[in-house]
Amino acid sequence: MSTYLGMPTAPKGVGHLRGSEPFPAAARRALADTQLRHNLAMATATIRAKRAAVVAEVPDWEELRAAGQAAKAGAMRHLDRYLEQLETQVQARGGTVHWATDAVAANRIVTDLVAATGSREAVKVKSMVTDEIGLNEALAAAGITAHETDLAELIIQLGHDRPSHILVPAIHRNRAEIREIFLREMAAVDPALTDDPAALAEAARLYLRRRFLAARVGISGANFAIAETGTLCVVESEGNGRMCLTLPDTLITVMGIEKVLPSWQDLAVFLQLLPRSSTGERMNPYTSMWTGVTPGDGPRQFHLVLLDNGRTAALADETGRQALHCIRCSACLNVCPVYERVGGHAYGSVYPGPIGAVLSPQLTGVEENASLPYASSLCGACYDVCPVKIDIPSVLVHLRARHVDEARKERRLPHAEAIAMAAASWVMAEPRRYSAAQRAGRLGRPLGRRGRIGQLPPLLSAWAQARDSPVPPSQTFRQWWRDEHRKPS
Amino acid sequence: MSGREEVLARIRAALAYDGETAHPAITGPGPAVDSSGASTGAQFQTWGDLEPGPLLDLLAERLADYRAIVRRAAPAELAAALGAALADRGARRIVVAPGLDLPALPDGIKAVPDDGIPAHDLDAFDGVVTGAAVAIAETGTIVLDGSPDQGRRAITLVPDYHLCIVHAAQVVELVPEAITRLAAGADRPLTWISGPSATSDIELKRVEGVHGPRTLEVILVGP
Repeated sequence: MSTYLGMPTAPKGVGHLRGSEPFPAAARRALADTQLRHNLAMATATIRAKRAAVVAEVPDWEELRAAGQAAKAGAMRHLDRYLEQLETQVQARGGTVHWATDAVAANRIVTDLVAATGSREAVKVKSMVTDEIGLNEALAAAGITAHETDLAELIIQLGHDRPSHILVPAIHRNRAEIREIFLREMAAVDPALTDDPAALAEAARLYLRRRFLAARVGISGANFAIAETGTLCVVESEGNGRMCLTLPDTLITVMGIEKVLPSWQDLAVFLQLLPRSSTGERMNPYTSMWTGVTPGDGPRQFHLVLLDNGRTAALADETGRQALHCIRCSACLNVCPVYERVGGHAYGSVYPGPIGAVLSPQLTGVEENASLPYASSLCGACYDVCPVKIDIPSVLVHLRARHVDEARKERRLPHAEAIAMAAASWVMAEPRRYSAAQRAGRLGRPLGRRGRIGQLPPLLSAWAQARDSPVPPSQTFRQWWRDEHRKPS
Repeated sequence: MSGREEVLARIRAALAYDGETAHPAITGPGPAVDSSGASTGAQFQTWGDLEPGPLLDLLAERLADYRAIVRRAAPAELAAALGAALADRGARRIVVAPGLDLPALPDGIKAVPDDGIPAHDLDAFDGVVTGAAVAIAETGTIVLDGSPDQGRRAITLVPDYHLCIVHAAQVVELVPEAITRLAAGADRPLTWISGPSATSDIELKRVEGVHGPRTLEVILVGP
């Protein structure tokens, strides 16, 4: 049994792991946005169907999932050794490795590295981890402009917006909104720009091309890092990743420590699992792999920043640890009935959906994302599609228990649910009390309309915020039974 | 304590074991295990079983499925296929991987071997011609490993048209076979290409061609 003692979590005041309000409040506002719900329903249904079709093509899918799970579990079990091996291999090939305990340290390392090149600009590959640590804001504070180059991230950056999905971060925006953003923010854009997706993509190509050709510093995340060989791997579609990884003189890659995989052969598993689970393709258009620096080809300087930022706190929890196996495919978002209705912003963290609900609270400490483990109906669809078999429902339940235990330890006031359970226990322990309580329940009948009650009185009101209750029947079961058995048969 | 020592100490504390003694030998992926760590005896497929003919047919089908243009040619027909592809494209000036042994091209098409051409200048070429290291039939993927017949990564990235010559002996059926073939050169810069550059970021509508070459053409040389 783990103790969760004293392992530092991700610091406050930097990055994007915490929302400004609890999930229920954010979700209520998101649910009122009918355009958002329409966009999300279309998007998630489309990706679900694509994924299902390409997964069904693979006869050994379940064996691949099991192998992926085993490789990740093995990597976590011996994480220190694999990270040291990765460091040795990267350095042997001319790269430099930096270790960052948290977001503040990582931002400082990257800012110093960019500043040392003399460049005030950098081009960025879409990366979850640099958004997690708020790198763009940290660079801006140091007078360095980071240009997002993935089309969706560009839409988000130019729209002064937040991403709402791991794979397609601008999924909450439709084409008309994107056209408006481009017309407003791109200086040289053709004013006759239409909202045809091909025309919008062309506008982004023109806008970014000169930045790519002039870029001296590239910044990326990593999908995988191979300890055995020191190889980094980035999976993408547009070619913006290849541009950032190939053309600049200096490449800085930030990766969470959980991204390391033991062996080269592990890629045989993950390069099948990830594209099919993520975009629903047999293979994504471009995958880049590099090991240190290669004279005459690509960047002349390579820096790898290994980031903790709460990951070791998750590692210390034997049940929660499996959230670190996540390969950021986003399949769990697309099947989640909660995500489909509220979208990514409601989760408050750069990691939304079911995986976010188990990952964010572990990175920040459960108390700082306490509502997220409850943002689920525990239907289990996320577990079924997870390419590395993360048992998200079990981790959700486990984190709920941790939340309750930690609240009890700190002797905070019990919340309504605990009071209700204690009261129910007293009532149900004695038949006379139970019977009286059931009769009293009928008093609620005048509150109902069309068989449902929307609001309940205090203590129960919090529970009823997101749920309708059935109107109590006119008779209790006991009264009905007595009446039935009085009748002559 | 340095960041390095701090992070490693946290990991060891989280795992609560002595990092020097508890590690197994580092190996490749073993048999599948269940959640308790017991082997299920299940193993994913690592070798394909297609004969050479159907294997090339599958590659051609999957390449086309992801919007690459595919030409088939017998070895003796390569020069003609190459000339036809470049003529159809209307390419006048192309960059060529420095170690690629090209047959004679039709008049009016100038081939420039790459000798470190700056990115800005690459942008002015009509296209690039390279070989390949491995092709994966099941996924319609071509892998470049930076060998002299494929060149450095920038030449297949900046020009808008990539013509890639793939020989039958380079084709495997499954992803694990490709990984095994590439293992000896795993430290080379590798680029896996499956169709042209694409995005689905706007309302999930697929748009081909964003930043990488907007047209990928493959000449599949085989019987």
